[in-house]
Amino acid sequence: MSSLKTLAKSAARNGRPAPELIFGDLWEYDPAPETADPKLKARYDLFINGQFVAPKLGKYFDSINPATEQKLAEIALAGPADVDAAYVAAQRAQENVWGPMSGRERAKYLFRIARLLQDRAREFAVAETMDGGKPIKESRDFDIPMAAAHFFYHAGWADKLEYVAPGRRVAPLGVVGQVIPWNFPLLMCAWKLAPALAMGNCVVLKPAETTSITALKLAEIIADAGLPPGVVNFVTGAGETGAAVMNHPIPAKIAFTGSTEVGKSIMRSVAGTDKKMTMELGGKAANIIFDDAPLDQAVEGIINGIFFNQGHVCCAGSRLLVHEPVAARVIAKLKQRLKVLRVGDPLDKNTDVGAINSKEQLAKITALVASGVKEGAEMYQAPCKLPAKGWYFRPTIFSSVTMSHRIAREEIFGPVLSILTFRTLDEAVEKANNTAYGLSAGVWTDKGSRILKMSTELKAGVVWANTYNKFDPTSPFGGYKESGFGREGGRQGLLDYCKLV
Amino acid sequence: MFRLLMNAGLSLSLRRLFDEVGTVDCVGIEERVAKYTTRSLKKAAKLWGLRTAVSMVDLTTLEGKDTPGKVASLCAKALHPSDDPTVPQVAAVCVYPAMVRHARRALGSDTAVRIASVATAFPSGQAPLKTRLAEVRAAVADGADEIDMVINRGAFLAGDLAEVSDEIAAVVQTCGQATLKVILEVSELESYDNIRAASFLAMRVIRPGDFIKTSTGKTSLNATLGNNQVMLEAIRDHYLDTGVAISMKPAGGIRTAKQALQFLIAVKETLGDAWLTNERYRFGASSLLNDLLRQIEKERTGAYQAPYYFSEAAESY
Repeated sequence: MSSLKTLAKSAARNGRPAPELIFGDLWEYDPAPETADPKLKARYDLFINGQFVAPKLGKYFDSINPATEQKLAEIALAGPADVDAAYVAAQRAQENVWGPMSGRERAKYLFRIARLLQDRAREFAVAETMDGGKPIKESRDFDIPMAAAHFFYHAGWADKLEYVAPGRRVAPLGVVGQVIPWNFPLLMCAWKLAPALAMGNCVVLKPAETTSITALKLAEIIADAGLPPGVVNFVTGAGETGAAVMNHPIPAKIAFTGSTEVGKSIMRSVAGTDKKMTMELGGKAANIIFDDAPLDQAVEGIINGIFFNQGHVCCAGSRLLVHEPVAARVIAKLKQRLKVLRVGDPLDKNTDVGAINSKEQLAKITALVASGVKEGAEMYQAPCKLPAKGWYFRPTIFSSVTMSHRIAREEIFGPVLSILTFRTLDEAVEKANNTAYGLSAGVWTDKGSRILKMSTELKAGVVWANTYNKFDPTSPFGGYKESGFGREGGRQGLLDYCKLV
Repeated sequence: MFRLLMNAGLSLSLRRLFDEVGTVDCVGIEERVAKYTTRSLKKAAKLWGLRTAVSMVDLTTLEGKDTPGKVASLCAKALHPSDDPTVPQVAAVCVYPAMVRHARRALGSDTAVRIASVATAFPSGQAPLKTRLAEVRAAVADGADEIDMVINRGAFLAGDLAEVSDEIAAVVQTCGQATLKVILEVSELESYDNIRAASFLAMRVIRPGDFIKTSTGKTSLNATLGNNQVMLEAIRDHYLDTGVAISMKPAGGIRTAKQALQFLIAVKETLGDAWLTNERYRFGASSLLNDLLRQIEKERTGAYQAPYYFSEAAESY
């Protein structure tokens, strides 16, 4: 394949201008807002022991729509006394009702939650999009259906637990404390709740402070499903509430999804206790493109890998490692593809990239991008119009990035791609593994043997081949190194919520 | 579609061509095109798409039972699809070579509606080259503005790629002023890799403004968003490499306005604004036109009209 430059030159020599595609406004899509009613309440209380209760200190905080910067609802701020009440309720429910209940009975409740979630899918999708800023097509086609799928999958396990660990018997751990992040609020809720409940554990869960609404809407469903009081409890708040959830003496296990920094501090605080832990932390995944890869589909995979959910994905393919012979071509195709990426109102059905979740996150992304420019990487940003109000960031790619650049080492958690090149397979493996993280990786090649070799050498919990960001309740997910430990999903995920007896 | 994942034994020449033009991942491209189907078109955007689609229709009748009368009726519909003055004429009528002179008589010589004719022993192409070229010559002489030829799929699958190119080049010569559309007959090429390779074979010998076309409409599987996308991407890569703009025509199986809009969205997001014209993009279809008209009427009045309010000119294939 001759390089793009020589091709452009030869075209110019023929007396024609260098060919270019025009992605203009000849056929603009009209606004296509999703209009379903998200049925939001003005104020959300804590969900403890099957009831919505006001926080003991009477404090509330605002939940903001990142696309408009307007207040959506008030969320209760849980203090230590509220967290304690939640744990006491959970313990009572676990010991008296949920733990002793047969798996077959527990399954009925989980199936009911899954179906109710499907029934109200559109309403939940709109609420999720307004609360978190993600495009409606993602919450509609991914978050909500996948959350329901996790409940369905684990409901199916609940009466078959004797097959989780062949030759061994399993028993619930007891009460579990869980803290989840803001990038997939409802989906993370489902990832955490479904296996814990199927196994017979009861839960105290804290959603992220910027995205509590869908968890509290799920509480409505849990109440409607008739789940015994105390089986699931939601306490809302920021870091202090989270610390109270993680440090409480009652839980036998704590599960955390979030940043590596917070994960480390949680591990320090529970050191010396006999609590079990699952940590799903940050990532800086390598998406590796070989020269024999189907390039257009690889480009789609790169786009999907880094711009899905505005890059707020722990397993985002944020480092692109591209084989030198095709680097120029891949970068040219990527720039072309960026031109048709639609950034804007998350509620518009044609939006591909929505709003950044919070002002703080936007500031962090902006700072890291500035460091990329300062350290000499070459920046290209999508030439799209951004809405005047709300927190948005242009999809950005950096080429000429080296392993020592901050943008190649730190998790940006935004729509920013760092492009590095490699010459040999060994160099690709070395660069891919040269990070403190190890959550995921992607390999693009036409050669099957190369896929198998890469998947054994890459130190990453998930290796996708010729695709990216594929999830399924049956497939275990989790990290190596500072990306955490423990698995979520599949049989392995269930094993992390039980003890073998 | 999983059949497309596997290539039956490949010839060396085809393997070399793959190395040169690259391959296609079947799962990936189908995921890409599935995203086009979730685009939501409202109001003015929808109307613009519908009208543009009308202007891109090659109104087609390709049946053994075609008569001069049927062709005349098709031509009348092509010239005047609807009483709504905002609705454009279609791009062309598409008929068998024997019907070209009847079409010319019906349309007259002073018309923007072009006459396309499927020559070269359509749809199989299984006639001696001499016969096929004679057919092209006759159709052009009778007044065809455009020739829709079929490639030699047998030669392609046997790896005689030079034969495929040479035959296309011979038809280009024979066409003279007429625009050429090269039908790859994608369903007989079996894989996306082959569709991409065949697109390049054709594009390298045809002229700027000539077309590559998916299908004859005579096999089980015709134009799909997947093979349309493979060909659009081939056109894009060829254009960026050489500056030669090739046009595209999906044909067969596009029966509804909704489908047509999805194909147009693929064009907009792959090739851009310059291909959103009937010089660069066409729909080979017969029953599509009335559904487009029905949707335009629905946008205008807010209500769906019964199908019998729209005059029939051609049956579907």
